Amino acid sequence: MLIDWQAFLLTIELAVIVSAILFVIGLPLAYWIAFSRLRWKFLVEALVALPIVLPPTVLGFYVLVALGSQSPLGRWWQSLTGHTLAFTFTGLVIGSVLYSLPFAVQPFAASFASVDRKLLAASATLGASPMRTFFRVVMPLSAPGLVTGVVLTFAHTMGEFGVVLMIGGNIPGVTRTVSIGIYDQVQASNYASANAMALLLLVFCFAVLAIVYALNRRAAQKAWTMGPAR
Amino acid sequence: MKSSKYFRTSVQFLVALSLIALALIGTRAAPAAASASREIDVAAAADLSSALQELADTYEKRTGVAVKLSFGASGALTQQIQNGAPFDIFFSADMDYPKQLIADGHANSSSLYRYAVGRLVLWVPNDSPLDVEHNGMDVLLDPSVKKIAMGNPQHAPYGRAAAAALKHYGLYEKVSDRLVLGENISQAAQFVESGNAQVGFVALAHAVAPAMKAKGRFWIVPGDAYPALDQGVVLMARSPHSQDAKAFLEYMKTAEVVAVLRRYGFGLPEPETNSK
Repeated sequence: MLIDWQAFLLTIELAVIVSAILFVIGLPLAYWIAFSRLRWKFLVEALVALPIVLPPTVLGFYVLVALGSQSPLGRWWQSLTGHTLAFTFTGLVIGSVLYSLPFAVQPFAASFASVDRKLLAASATLGASPMRTFFRVVMPLSAPGLVTGVVLTFAHTMGEFGVVLMIGGNIPGVTRTVSIGIYDQVQASNYASANAMALLLLVFCFAVLAIVYALNRRAAQKAWTMGPAR
Repeated sequence: MKSSKYFRTSVQFLVALSLIALALIGTRAAPAAASASREIDVAAAADLSSALQELADTYEKRTGVAVKLSFGASGALTQQIQNGAPFDIFFSADMDYPKQLIADGHANSSSLYRYAVGRLVLWVPNDSPLDVEHNGMDVLLDPSVKKIAMGNPQHAPYGRAAAAALKHYGLYEKVSDRLVLGENISQAAQFVESGNAQVGFVALAHAVAPAMKAKGRFWIVPGDAYPALDQGVVLMARSPHSQDAKAFLEYMKTAEVVAVLRRYGFGLPEPETNSK
């Protein structure tokens, strides 16, 4: 078997789910970071950025301990479902969401913060609710930042290794992602297979990134030419 | 203008950062050139983690030669050595990886010897309801066992032994969907210790090590259930500190070391009859 297709599909599925989840929970969190005037905001910002600094294996180990039956969270989940979260696809999703959190939230928050506050005030004086202002003014103006956040999350999860190594347990079809599959092939000296999988991963990720950035560029140009003229 | 002030501040900041970086590089380079302290770099199978640490500490105190240890799955370490990792000695958890290294010229063939025989145990945490001491392998079929941890048979010799033992008892097919593979035998132990797997195949050396002894109970898998875990050690062909490394290997053969390894649960060949 030269290429482990099952691992590929699994990884893509994981990356898509994690990107979607982080888009949904990343928006309000980034909004709060961009607009809150709370004095202790910087602590939350530091917390969000932490996965960038923490070695993935350390993060993975903490998640493993937190999901295990030694922790209250792990016991609660076990009493609910009868099994632990580690070594399951759901467990991988949780680990990956934590791992990729800053890669979604930071670009989101940066683009929200760069929106001209006068436009928000104008929208409010015209009677739009904060919710409406967010969806009709803030989000369209932050589109490139939102795309960047989602794409970074997707790419970061595709190439994730340390966290999966710690909490996955290497189960084919459940937790064996491409990076783990490649690692196994290298350890077993099957260089041909490792190379083939690594190359495919590289080409796939390059293609996805290139397509998204090309679309993003066109959308940005369109918004630019249409925006002020109207 | 406001923006030019920002620009100036950030340039100042970057210059300061570069100066600090240069200073750090300077302090790192200087002692490396001056230092004459002796050390050897040892790659070792994960089952040796406790025993070898103790031996290395004793050895360093006595001789002044620092023994730096790197632990991992034997297959992973072999891979690193084949790709130029600058180790002096490699303690494998089997005999095949050292032989492979000798065959491709990375290790010194005359240095190979069997330093220990590993033993596989089935381990459960103290609070587990499973009576592993009396029921042995049968606990794997208990409905409360959702996950069984073991080393990855692809590159961890203990994982290979665990797979062989499962097949020996005709259990492999029945439990294969519940197996979770640790990167090496230490990680398999970690999976059970953290309560994520209910039972696991670990090295006896782990089960009796001070860190884990009080935490769990175990059953020794009978030696006829899997091919013997003969563990071999070799000196690297391009060992950067070969004299000190040879001296450490001689120390490993002393009765004192053999006693320590026995205490950690390793079976040992009789002295002077090391070759198999």
